[in-house]
Amino acid sequence: MTLDEVLASLFPEGHDVKNDGGVVSGSATLRSGNKALVIGVADRAPLGVDEAIRLSRHVLDSLSEGSGPILVLVDSDSQRMSKRDELLGLNEFLAHLAKTLIYADMNRRPAIGILYGHSAAGALLATGLATRVLVGVPGATPAVMDLPSMSKVTKLSMEALQEKAKSTPVFAPGLSNLSRMGAVHVTWNDAVPLADQLDTLLLNMPDVHDRRDVIGKERGGRMKAAEIAERVRDLALHSQ
Amino acid sequence: MTAPIKHGVQFPAERARTTSFNEASARMRLELLLDAGSFLEFIGPEQREVSPHLKIFDLPEQFDDGIVVGRGRLDGAPVLVAAQEGRFMGGAFGEVHGAKLVGLLRAAREIESIPVLILFDTGGVRLQEANAGELAIAEIMRAVMEARTAGVKVIGLIGGRSGCYGGGGLIAGCCSALAVSEPGRIAVSGPEVIETNRGVEEFDSRDRALVWRTMGGKHRRLLGAADVFTDDTVQGFRDAALRLLDVVGPYGLDKLKAEQIRLADRLRSFGACEDAVDIWTAEGIVHAEDVPELPADQFIALADNIGRTSRDAR
Repeated sequence: MTLDEVLASLFPEGHDVKNDGGVVSGSATLRSGNKALVIGVADRAPLGVDEAIRLSRHVLDSLSEGSGPILVLVDSDSQRMSKRDELLGLNEFLAHLAKTLIYADMNRRPAIGILYGHSAAGALLATGLATRVLVGVPGATPAVMDLPSMSKVTKLSMEALQEKAKSTPVFAPGLSNLSRMGAVHVTWNDAVPLADQLDTLLLNMPDVHDRRDVIGKERGGRMKAAEIAERVRDLALHSQ
Repeated sequence: MTAPIKHGVQFPAERARTTSFNEASARMRLELLLDAGSFLEFIGPEQREVSPHLKIFDLPEQFDDGIVVGRGRLDGAPVLVAAQEGRFMGGAFGEVHGAKLVGLLRAAREIESIPVLILFDTGGVRLQEANAGELAIAEIMRAVMEARTAGVKVIGLIGGRSGCYGGGGLIAGCCSALAVSEPGRIAVSGPEVIETNRGVEEFDSRDRALVWRTMGGKHRRLLGAADVFTDDTVQGFRDAALRLLDVVGPYGLDKLKAEQIRLADRLRSFGACEDAVDIWTAEGIVHAEDVPELPADQFIALADNIGRTSRDAR
């Protein structure tokens, strides 16, 4: 789906969301009458320092003025790979954006990511993965690491990697793999209005507790994470 | 806990003063950083909790999956600690590796009163389990912020061989404060990644001087991204950790708002600079081109004089 299609299907009651060079921001009226803050990255734009600081400002402004959920629409490249961005401390800008979303989510502004296009690496961490619920839209093509780069590093052929990817969701790109990991909570149906599915989600929002490792185990994608984290937590709590 | 035996105290302190943090293993760093004999590991290598994914790639496993987590004491006070081993898979985050840090941070949030030290040494996500590693980093970022919200101080120490790259850089950006040494590089995209994607004209990864002054500890300290710069010794990092634990305040919305201003100011002031030397010059440093050569004590005096810090704004 394109950004315009996503916006039209999500907000039949109207919105003022703008796409300014890949930086998405605005607000929308939900069926419930509530307003939602909408931010995001569009047109597969890379997320660099200039984009990140604008997005975090929208979130912070909304914290003092608004109410309702925060929707993060994602069709991005990876983080912008440049000398200038790293020189200026891109890690701090991306972390700051993630922190504003996490803070909002923990303080009565539930953050929902909607992954409708591409995303990768640091850009995904700062946007979709910094929300409470990440929704996948069919046709989305997330790739934490792309197979050609992986082929270069692992010195395995593309064919060999594709063969291995059949037996495990742990490394290969794709929405279904991220879903099995517990990263993508739910995949919507693009043949039904997204507004209906957003309504359903908002009525059934999970609590703020991060359960992605448990979901990953339930779906057979990450068999160890939840157990290891729980064991360490338990040991730390009982060794005091 | 019983007090350490008197004659055993002097020896580790002397070793900590002469041991390079950069060259030490993760276990050695913890042994010398913490009070002598105080370290207790959670899920140690004897339990052989290895990565379940490396065998798919016929790669060797390590019994601790490249990270050591546990608790110890620092000047008598309890701390939770995690140390990445940069010599195993570049310290990269995999499923088990990441989950250990998640569990530690979740415990810290519940305890509230015990700080966490993270000794970063990582290239970022472990490619062979990229999806699990990426998600572990997202969970760690969330857990750091939840712990800080509960009042926990989370201090990052960065001076390892693999630096602090990729998602490691984002986690570092979530910490309450950072201490860094000259070899401690902090960035998202590594030099080779930028060169591969954008060409050697954008970034020449073989130009080591360029790498150090763009991503290295001195630049991060001068930018205010790290609050303390230390000489490359374990004792230096111990002193830095104690100092930071003393000054870090509670976390809240005011910090986030201040960080927005701090980072926006940085873009306004330095956004047009082409090189770190231009930024240092703009910060008022005379002979900025000499900064990479300055010995630690002179550099620390210079950085403290510039006075840029992220305190109360991260």
